[in-house]
Amino acid sequence: MARAITTQKKVMWTALAWAFGLTMFFPILWTFRTSFKTEAAAISDPPVWFFFDWTLENYVDVQARSNYPKALMNSIIISVGSTFLGILIAVPAAWSMAFVPGRKTKDVLLWMLSTKMLPAVGVLYPLVLLAKWLGVMDSRILLVVVLMLINLPIIVWMLYTYFREIPGEILEAARMDGAGLKAEILYVLTPMALPGIASTVLLNIILAWNEAFWTILLTTVNAAPLTSFSAPEGLFYAKLSAASMMAIAPILVMGWFSQKQLVRGLTFGAVK
Amino acid sequence: MSIKKTLLMSAVSMGLTAGIAAAETTITIATVNNGDMIRMQGLTADFNEKHPDIKVEWVTLEENVLRQNLTTDISTGGGAYDVMTIGTYEVPIWANNKWLVSLNEGMAADFNKEDLLPAIAGGLTVDGELYASPFYGESSMVMYRTDLMEKAGLEMPDAPTWTFIREAAAAMTDRENDINGICVRGKAGWGENMAFLTAMSNSFGARWFDEEWNAQFDSPEWAATIDFYLGMLNESGPAGAADNGFNENLALFQQGKCGMWIDATVAASFVTGADSTVADKVGFALAPDNGLGKRGNWLWAWSLAIPSSSQKQEAAKAFISWATGPAYATLVAGNEGWANVPPGTRTSLYENADYLAAAPFAQMTLDSILSADPTNPSIQPVPYTGVQFVAIPEFAGIATQTGQQFSDALAGNQTAAQALANAQELTTEEMEAAGY
Amino acid sequence: MSTARSKSAARLMIAPAVFVLLVWMLIPLCMTLYFSFADYRPMRGIFEAWIGFDNYASFVTSSSFLKSLFTILWMVGGILAITITGGVLMALLLDGPMFGQGIVRILVIAPFFVMPTVSALVWKNMFFNVDNGLFSYAYKFFGAQPFDFLSQAPLFSIIMIVAWQWLPFATLILLTAVQSLDSEQLEAAEMDGAPALSRFRFIILPHLSRAITVVILIQTIFLLSIFAEIFVTTNGAFGTRTLTYLVYQRVLESQNIGLGSAGGIVAVILANIVAIFLMRIVGKNLDN
Repeated sequence: MARAITTQKKVMWTALAWAFGLTMFFPILWTFRTSFKTEAAAISDPPVWFFFDWTLENYVDVQARSNYPKALMNSIIISVGSTFLGILIAVPAAWSMAFVPGRKTKDVLLWMLSTKMLPAVGVLYPLVLLAKWLGVMDSRILLVVVLMLINLPIIVWMLYTYFREIPGEILEAARMDGAGLKAEILYVLTPMALPGIASTVLLNIILAWNEAFWTILLTTVNAAPLTSFSAPEGLFYAKLSAASMMAIAPILVMGWFSQKQLVRGLTFGAVK
Repeated sequence: MSIKKTLLMSAVSMGLTAGIAAAETTITIATVNNGDMIRMQGLTADFNEKHPDIKVEWVTLEENVLRQNLTTDISTGGGAYDVMTIGTYEVPIWANNKWLVSLNEGMAADFNKEDLLPAIAGGLTVDGELYASPFYGESSMVMYRTDLMEKAGLEMPDAPTWTFIREAAAAMTDRENDINGICVRGKAGWGENMAFLTAMSNSFGARWFDEEWNAQFDSPEWAATIDFYLGMLNESGPAGAADNGFNENLALFQQGKCGMWIDATVAASFVTGADSTVADKVGFALAPDNGLGKRGNWLWAWSLAIPSSSQKQEAAKAFISWATGPAYATLVAGNEGWANVPPGTRTSLYENADYLAAAPFAQMTLDSILSADPTNPSIQPVPYTGVQFVAIPEFAGIATQTGQQFSDALAGNQTAAQALANAQELTTEEMEAAGY
Repeated sequence: MSTARSKSAARLMIAPAVFVLLVWMLIPLCMTLYFSFADYRPMRGIFEAWIGFDNYASFVTSSSFLKSLFTILWMVGGILAITITGGVLMALLLDGPMFGQGIVRILVIAPFFVMPTVSALVWKNMFFNVDNGLFSYAYKFFGAQPFDFLSQAPLFSIIMIVAWQWLPFATLILLTAVQSLDSEQLEAAEMDGAPALSRFRFIILPHLSRAITVVILIQTIFLLSIFAEIFVTTNGAFGTRTLTYLVYQRVLESQNIGLGSAGGIVAVILANIVAIFLMRIVGKNLDN
């Protein structure tokens, strides 16, 4: 903004924004700190804020009862795998919807989105029966496919809104120059759509990472991701915190590092 | 049933090929993440030492999630697990569906089935076949703070009445110091508040169903049970009682915030253990009665069972023999002390002088277990078995919903009469739908 | 611009997505449809392939059905109201002049990365718990009686947990929209002496309407099937049983697959009605 902004106003604004930001972040911060406390310190009354004996024992304990590297690996494979498989299928579909729209395009898009509203538990039995029949229970491939299908409508729709922002004339020009369909997509469209694709990928990795219903019900040991991580029952706030931090830390760090891309693409064609 | 048959066939054929390929057998064990089970997981090395050819994979889940996973798996033909941790409620139902493997044969030589407490083993036996081996068994009893009882000028009898408990609770309550006279389950769920309420209702002469399977929540006995329960908790219970299940109450008691706690006998080793701030001030008494000849205590066992779909039944039997056999007690005692041995499964444990010396609650636990009668839970005749549950497949679903009604009443969102009327209506509705 | 060649190529390209979604929709959905007309109770070993519309009749007429509809409407409505109001305010706040905008944005966006099961567990135990939760300490600190959130204000508690998770999403989208606002127009309005409130009402809000529609659409899609937060906190007690949760109870707790499948189909039909309704609005808003 061009107006002169007084320092006083800026300081006040900063204080307000930081207060809101810290409030939003507080539950995570609190969990993080509790994870380094002893169980006794975790429930002490009044709560201890900063001065306590920091300990790693909760992390050691949680790790001892479960295979963290394996669960982490499963989470990564399932979320990244399902996202890329989804992108692979969605890019051509979104391309054709955006640039060669037919009379039915809108309906197809709406129908796709409506599949997303199907309540998961309603199809639980059929899916479990199918998976067993195919012999793919507790396999990563099953989760990659299921999560891809769950998020595909969102992927198609996000890509569609990005592609629509790309002016058609550029494609025309490319075609005039004799570019084939393949070249058109590879050299013209893709570079222009890359920010949109990047943020679609990021958003979907997050959604897949946090999917808890299917990942718990369709896995036992081999494909179980971080959502199946659990703390012992009872009043074990410190261990609960440690297990929680272990489950969310990777995606949190990834989210923070890629937040620029995430934010840049997160417009859904909402901003003109 | 053609879908199921196809599924079973494919599961069998896949399992066979897998079985031939593997020299080392891997068994998958599903268990619940509470103290004793986590201890078992921690002792896996000892099992591996004795059975180097069997590898053990653990799936440790929160109780609700575990139950959801196991039921889905078993009712769609099984195949995911070789050993399942299930309760007294599931065993007879699943055994009747031929979903479980009998443990009468093929267990280790030292397993000694006859040593199991008859009251506990009875609930896990169908037509003379043992379908699950108890890992720990429990009844319920009163755990109380001896110091607070003394301060209130009262003395706890070995077999208290409900009236005494309510009076003592009121006398012990000290809101200023955050002490609640009585803590019991209020959290909705068939295994939470309904376990407590059903057992309590037995001592009030109530029953779930009459001989024609008609719901009985409109009976005066149930009204008396609920009135007493709500009255007592409103007078002397903790804030937020409607959210408190076993774990929440355990935490409260350990922190010294409960005068009395009526719950599973298995809790005794936790309230007298290292995590408890009141370990040296705990006394035990039988669950209360109303002079009608039945006490408000239940009977339950977390047990290990093998689904029929398992292709590694021998290895699974070897594991169950290890985890629930007599030697396991000695193993835990050597590592963690006698007081931490899983209780309530074997006669020999209650004849062991070391255990009796280390566990002040041992005798009360045994007496409580022996006084529960699953075949005659109420003083009125009933068509079902089970003390704090009704051993029909529909029970879990129905009781969880009725439990929500009573939990809602405890939270003050509706009256006892409304809760009972709703419970009656929904139970009748569900039972009719089920074809009774 | 579309030649015959590119038209048919386009059809070909859209085919995989349509195909997999069709398979995904049709196979499990047809099986669910099949079960919904059957008396299928595996715990009893009962499977009777055709009992007509009995399951539908008993699902829809049961006393819990209508209640669950209202519950989900309240829940989704509440969450949308909080996230959108909060999102607009946060977006305006973050757009303002300040030090360390990047860091504040990182703080605000963080809850979006937390998985629902974890956030529900953390809120339930470490904040809402009457005896050891942080809120109770706060109440006690100010000399008040601790409040039992989960049984006294269960719907509000769940709304709060979910709103905390989705507020960052709304904020981010609305922030992008706010940043694209033409600042000259705003300044001109300010020169003309328009008060802040009417600047917001007549310039900012209309500009954000499109972004708000998108937020409503995306969130509704996800919120209609909200499950983990209820499962972890109240298990459906205290009037927090939504339609999805009711179906879950029928299928998994009561083990009545037929009845649950009928409920699932009812839920799908209702969700599609909502979807069509939403799409009409969004479609209009996105076209221009």
